Amino acid sequence: MNRAATATGRRAVRRRQSAGSRVVGFFGELLITLGIVLMLYVAWELWWTNIDSANAQNEVTSNLVQELGDVVIPEADHPQAEEEKDYGPAPITKIGPGETFGIMYFPSWGSSGIYHPVTEGVEDAVIDNLGIGHYPTTQQPGEKGNFAVAAHRQTHGQVFWDIDKLHEGDKIYLQTKKGYYTYTWYDTEIVEPSNGEVLLPVPHQWGMKPTESILTMTTCHPKYTTRQRMIAYSKLTDWRPLDAGPPSEIRDLVAKATS
Amino acid sequence: MYSWIFRNLPGPLWLRIIEALILIAAVVLLLMMYAFPWLNQYISPFTDSTIGQSTQ
Repeated sequence: MNRAATATGRRAVRRRQSAGSRVVGFFGELLITLGIVLMLYVAWELWWTNIDSANAQNEVTSNLVQELGDVVIPEADHPQAEEEKDYGPAPITKIGPGETFGIMYFPSWGSSGIYHPVTEGVEDAVIDNLGIGHYPTTQQPGEKGNFAVAAHRQTHGQVFWDIDKLHEGDKIYLQTKKGYYTYTWYDTEIVEPSNGEVLLPVPHQWGMKPTESILTMTTCHPKYTTRQRMIAYSKLTDWRPLDAGPPSEIRDLVAKATS
Repeated sequence: MYSWIFRNLPGPLWLRIIEALILIAAVVLLLMMYAFPWLNQYISPFTDSTIGQSTQ
């Protein structure tokens, strides 16, 4: 059969379709297309946003590392006495608007610990791509009261994915230009999304004067929904200056983040 | 609609299949890089991690 004959045959088949069936067929294709686009959107949310977020986080982290200058990493066989030295009360890290001011380390999460940059602000522009955002209305690191941060549970880097896996004594570290703040987890609760009381200087206590520094992490709960919020509280238990080097638990993580 | 596009792609059948795949890939990439980030401002089923704030 030659090419011209095939083309004629095709045209003949097409002519047999009525105008009505052509219209129905067109709408059918539109609906199928819409379904596929919606599925792609879910794929984008669950998968692509993590890649975008990882890239943006790497960028702000390496910018911050440059600002911090040379980070001291002690030898692996660092003497224990030096490790447990008391450096006194923690200073306050002053945060500028929109500034990426720190890196948070979670040695108990993932297979060998993870870290994420912390930026001032909790608007979409921050927490969709830059990892962790600090509520500007709450206190600064080292200040008496509540240093409260937010991050996504799923999608956009799924930063706080493992928030339900914190156990008694688990440590969370914050590295800023002042030094390393050590926070020790002590409680987790699940609240309604409107419950802003968890951000008070003393959570749930209006007008109470804070006597200690805490870290409050807020994120979505349950996983893959936004129905509730999971709130994890940790207490500031230790501090050491940058040039004393990182606490031994996060030595390798800091080396990885700042290399 | 799609059969019309496929019929009107130039070249022999094997080339038209490749062309169709490239077109699909281009559309998916445009959606992923531009359309979905824009759509995310209005419909975000999984992304609302903050608390006590009406803006999100």
